[in-house]
Amino acid sequence: MSTPGANTVVDFRAVTKRYDSGDVGLERATFAIDRQEFVFLVGATGSGKSTIMRLLIKELDPSEGIIRVAGRHLGEIDHKHVPYYRRNIGVVFQDFKLLPTRTVYDNIAYALQVTGASRKQIRSSLPDILRLTGLSTKLHNYPHQLSGGEQQRVAVARAFASHPPLLLADEPTGNLDPDTSIGIMQLLYRINRAGTTVIVATHDNELVDKMRRRVIELRRGRIIRDEATGLYAQDETTGDLAERLKRETAAEEAPRPRGGARR
Amino acid sequence: MKLGFFLKEAVRSMRRNPAPSFAALSCVLVTTLVLGVFIPVVQATNGAANSIRGRVVVDVDLNTTATAAEVARVRHKIEHAPYVGHIEVLSKQAGYEQERKIDPQAFQLIGYNPLPEILRITPTDPARADAIQAELNQSSPAAKRLVTDSAIADVQDRQAQTDKILSATRIVKITMALLAALLVFSSILLVSNTIRLSLFSRRREVEVMKLVGATDWFIRWPFVIEGLFLGALGGVCAIGLLAVAKITLIDPLAGTVKLISQPDMIDFRLLILVLMACAIAVSAAGSGLSLRRFLRV
Repeated sequence: MSTPGANTVVDFRAVTKRYDSGDVGLERATFAIDRQEFVFLVGATGSGKSTIMRLLIKELDPSEGIIRVAGRHLGEIDHKHVPYYRRNIGVVFQDFKLLPTRTVYDNIAYALQVTGASRKQIRSSLPDILRLTGLSTKLHNYPHQLSGGEQQRVAVARAFASHPPLLLADEPTGNLDPDTSIGIMQLLYRINRAGTTVIVATHDNELVDKMRRRVIELRRGRIIRDEATGLYAQDETTGDLAERLKRETAAEEAPRPRGGARR
Repeated sequence: MKLGFFLKEAVRSMRRNPAPSFAALSCVLVTTLVLGVFIPVVQATNGAANSIRGRVVVDVDLNTTATAAEVARVRHKIEHAPYVGHIEVLSKQAGYEQERKIDPQAFQLIGYNPLPEILRITPTDPARADAIQAELNQSSPAAKRLVTDSAIADVQDRQAQTDKILSATRIVKITMALLAALLVFSSILLVSNTIRLSLFSRRREVEVMKLVGATDWFIRWPFVIEGLFLGALGGVCAIGLLAVAKITLIDPLAGTVKLISQPDMIDFRLLILVLMACAIAVSAAGSGLSLRRFLRV
């Protein structure tokens, strides 16, 4: 498949993640994302999008396979260096994860403070981010005084505050109406054009269609479509699908020894 | 800048949870207070008893009217008794001078020297002090008595005296030690609980800190400072109270109550250091407990 070059930022090689509960989060996923790319991860809930995100920030470790970010093998980063690694990645979530007792300014500055930035550095870098995200007039508001879209802008601003080379957004528009969603996407797009690689996980197909960017589609932990490689997973051809459905219905009807643990 | 950040975060979190913070603070205060009373009391009783006990001697008090000839006679008789090692004569006059130094007014009132001549015997074997006492004591049964002399008024074995003091203070000591242990234990738990609440109310912040790449210790420091601050403040308050008590109650008594003026009683400055260290250790243990159990970084 794709051979990662010098421009590769994210490189997954046959990555499998099995959770302790026995669920498979990701199965033999292989893909590569280049610098300055804008990629959508699409798929239904539980398809493995969030697993990829959590693997990327090293909140989880893969059960098998190799993940490289900017050429660095994540398995070789020890626990102590994970925080430093994470400083190169901005993360945005569906539920914003803003601190309710702090103003917009403090929320964004907080991200810089905890990485040891000086007050002077923060004061000089924040105005740009605020202008980019269109929050300049909301500086002293608290999150609960903002609309959902504005709150997500604050979250994006916080993720981008240290100008990380990689920005991950896990369902960034999950809580927002379509118009506001487009605004957030445009913001992410602007950040992407400024040189940051952006990976967005979403199940909002309409939005994905509108944006016309590379799409990686997942289903049940497997990559079934990757536009960059022209991959359309073999196992989901009509024949395979029929085969699998037959297997599953057969399993369903068969007497279950352990009280129906599997569905 | 960083320290400022930690302090601000710690104060912020204490302000948000004033009730548990206050509970932890007052528990540390009471603990330190009890220890602050307990340590000197144990020190004083132990020190006083042991210093007498350590020097195993048998004092033979002569009649206050005993003449120099009588002193020499008794001394001669005792020298030949078994187990008697060294004999020291504490003269009436020397004893008088010493006692007068401690309380000049009382001795001025008496106007004469009420003290006897004392022959202080150091036994050859410290364990046989009671045997010597029995041999010399004029009131003990004649069968045991080896030395008979009308000039001997009394024979005192200090071991018996000190044993009485020690057994009386033992109960006090054990009770106080138990109380102190209990208080230390509950202080640790209360500090730990406060930190746990603080962790809980700031779990979002911790999550965000982790996401944006704060190091483990950067996340822990505000909580550690919060715990230490509670402990230190409790300790300072307790030491303040102890100092007030010392100045208003103990110091005026020190001249008259012998136990308090014991020379080997712990120095107040050292006591402050010990108590402060204890308060901080307790709070560090408390916050450490919670951080280990409830903060996974």
